[in-house]
Amino acid sequence: MDCLLRVVNLTKIFGDGCPYCLELTDDEHNICPRCGSIVACAGISFEIMPNEILGIVGESGSGKSTILKSLYFDLEPTKGAAYLNCYERDIFKANSQDKRWLRNFKMGMVYQNPGLGLLLDITAGGNIAEKLLAAEWRDVGKIRGQASGLLKRMEIPVVRMDEITHNFSGGMQQRVQIAKALANNPEILLLDELTTGLDVSVQARILDLIKEIQRELNIAILLVTHDLGVIRLMAERTIVMRNGRIVEDGLTDQILEDPQHEYTQLLVNSEV
Amino acid sequence: MKGYNYAFLDEFTKREIRRKILKAVAIPGYQVPFASREMPIAKGWGTGGLQVTLSLIGDSDVLKVIDQGSDDSVNAINIKTLVQHTTDVKLTNDTKEASIIQTRHRIPEEYLNEDQTIVFQVPFPEPLRTVEPSEQLTRRMHAEKDYSKIWLYLYENIVQYGDIIFGARYPVMVNERYLMDPSPIPRWDIPRLHNAAFLSLFCAGREKRVYAIPPYTKVEPLEFEDYKFEVENFDGKVCARCGSGDTFLTKSVDDKGNEIWLCSDTSFCEKRRKKNGLFAKSG
Amino acid sequence: MGYVAVEGGEDAINNAKKVVEIFRRENRLAIDQVMGEGSLYAPELAELAIKQAEGDLVEASFLIRAYRSTLPRIGYSEPIDTHDMFVSRQISSTFKDIPGGQILGATRDYTQRLLEFERSDEVEEEGEESSDASEDPPKFEKVVDVMREDGLIAEPLENSEEPFDITRDSLQFPLSRSARLQALARGENGAMLALAYSSLRGYGSVHPTIAELRVGYVKVKIKHPYTKNEVSIGEILATECEGILSGVGATMLSEDAKFSLGYGLVFGQNERKAISMAILDGTTSVKEPEAPSEDQEFVFYHIDGVDAMGFVEHLKLPHYVTFQSSLDRVKKAKEAKK
Repeated sequence: MDCLLRVVNLTKIFGDGCPYCLELTDDEHNICPRCGSIVACAGISFEIMPNEILGIVGESGSGKSTILKSLYFDLEPTKGAAYLNCYERDIFKANSQDKRWLRNFKMGMVYQNPGLGLLLDITAGGNIAEKLLAAEWRDVGKIRGQASGLLKRMEIPVVRMDEITHNFSGGMQQRVQIAKALANNPEILLLDELTTGLDVSVQARILDLIKEIQRELNIAILLVTHDLGVIRLMAERTIVMRNGRIVEDGLTDQILEDPQHEYTQLLVNSEV
Repeated sequence: MKGYNYAFLDEFTKREIRRKILKAVAIPGYQVPFASREMPIAKGWGTGGLQVTLSLIGDSDVLKVIDQGSDDSVNAINIKTLVQHTTDVKLTNDTKEASIIQTRHRIPEEYLNEDQTIVFQVPFPEPLRTVEPSEQLTRRMHAEKDYSKIWLYLYENIVQYGDIIFGARYPVMVNERYLMDPSPIPRWDIPRLHNAAFLSLFCAGREKRVYAIPPYTKVEPLEFEDYKFEVENFDGKVCARCGSGDTFLTKSVDDKGNEIWLCSDTSFCEKRRKKNGLFAKSG
Repeated sequence: MGYVAVEGGEDAINNAKKVVEIFRRENRLAIDQVMGEGSLYAPELAELAIKQAEGDLVEASFLIRAYRSTLPRIGYSEPIDTHDMFVSRQISSTFKDIPGGQILGATRDYTQRLLEFERSDEVEEEGEESSDASEDPPKFEKVVDVMREDGLIAEPLENSEEPFDITRDSLQFPLSRSARLQALARGENGAMLALAYSSLRGYGSVHPTIAELRVGYVKVKIKHPYTKNEVSIGEILATECEGILSGVGATMLSEDAKFSLGYGLVFGQNERKAISMAILDGTTSVKEPEAPSEDQEFVFYHIDGVDAMGFVEHLKLPHYVTFQSSLDRVKKAKEAKK
């Protein structure tokens, strides 16, 4: 398999579910009229190549975060499979020890809310150290060296390394999260609404940083956002989602210049 | 003692506890739950160690009981009394003579061989409790060998205090698989657990767990490459009674109010004192 | 004597005072508490334990527990049906009138708490403790049964399993209901009171209305080993509390929109503990625990008086070796700072 990640028919239904959920829902209505369950995402299939940045764009409720959370094992999918080129079987069927290995060594995740990805009551350096310790680094000097290097890269003053993360601003916490996600040189980075809640200047800076790092470290990125500007800047290919379904996908430039699906057209035209 | 079974516990209970001990020995460092019985001494005062001792003891055994290293500690004497009243077993203060040594918070200084068993009284069986209060979560961590939380705690110690701050109860990795709490023995005693000839049994009566280190098992205290495990440092002090500089000492005060240092292992101290012919005030 | 909260109150209170005197016996309620926490129904032994412990009730419970563990278990009684309780006290907060009437019984609930100095010179005369074991008590429907008939109460979930024995098997969380109820039945009064109180005050969502609180005698029956008939081997005094887990604000409803029940049953007359037990039965069954009283591990690890007392008091034991070890670390940390 030459692609890095292949997702096949990923489906997540919240609620009791019934045999008709999928056929009675579509990209306009994602609540099953029979049983009231919510079809958060259905039939999602895509591939990411090594070093590629794939964007998933959609509004709230489109199901894009659900995809990320399923891949990072925060949610259990109702149906579907996912394959990473470093693991021989469907990662959703892995046992908990393998899942932890995949999370610690192969993936990095940056949550929209830094509180989910960080332990706010320990130091910034400690948060990065957590990932390294899980990867069995056992030399404090080397751990601190790696952590301070990463923090410097994210433009966080190294003197703040031993400060409790709780004291940092939202933008800085986000940067600590990114540093942590990169600590073990993962093969794929999952970014969930990376820039929401950040000042515009901070947003731009962070996106630039990500691009630089991605080129340096050859990381694939799955980038989820509702912001077309971020997509335009970052993603080579894009998937457009609405109410849990993919409505359009292709090269970012093409989609933004010449959207085919009427929903994509709506999004592009609504851009401020 | 009239009206009570040999060694106080009924045979059914002894059998259950022995079975649990066997399971513990088969999985070094793993905490085996057991239905701890109500004993005539209070929880927290040695009921776990007592249940193990009573389940194992027989006519041919010789029993030594110490607390903080001392045979004459009130609690040690209370425990010895209970065991002897229900068994008539021989008691001793001599570490070399004992087949079973029940201890609270120390390993005797002298060498122990393959025929000897140490029974440790344990207040907190769970080494991860410092970083995680929930039993359900800590059981999961042991099952998945996920000890990242405690490593993180050690790292934060070093950042905040310049060194690892575990005094007694230093967490150890047993047989390269399970993280274990060695009971509140000082760090001084930890190296004695590694590859030992004797059998170590640990029992917490109140928390209802028993665990074991079989002879000749790897026991490694958690440490970093650049922050290694260290035993306590006595700065060249020696025991005021026997002159030892190579045993675990505790600070005390003599009648004049001067600071003196004494061996915690009182019976070993006594042996040395007799050998060295040193005269020291009693008390 | 029945009472209705609106009229007949004064008569009821006066009569209650008289009944209290009839049942009066030195340390009666302490004996009941010790039987409950010691987990052994043996009033004379409990009285002895209290005397031996000079009135320290937790110490007395400890003596009873230790004695209990030396006794062989010779059998199991049939499940006690509290419908057959010979009621000496019966009240309900849910409804104004209940089958059999509200019977105030021996209670101090409606007295003024004033020290009666004239008592200090009194010599205790043993009150009559009479219960006629030969007569079958009049049976009244329970409030809870009336509600069940109306389809208001959810059926209890696990029913046919062998009850868990917490004295024989070690606890594994999450606990089954039988394990929870056993642990609560022998829990320490004060600990359970504090946790139940916390729930009422808002650290939790359970605020029950008492459907029925009863104090009375129930027969203990076993199956005769040869004839297999049910035989009564004696009777015990017990307090039973059935609480509707309604809310002041939040109401705990089961999935099919019925009321859930919290249940309390303790030895002797111990209403405080029976009510606390019913509350904690409710709080520890919450699906998404948030408050301390809803956290099963927090509740069940800390309500056993004998465990708690032993460990807290063990701090009196010598700890100089461990302390020496800690001192060494503090020294090291100070040096590292320099």
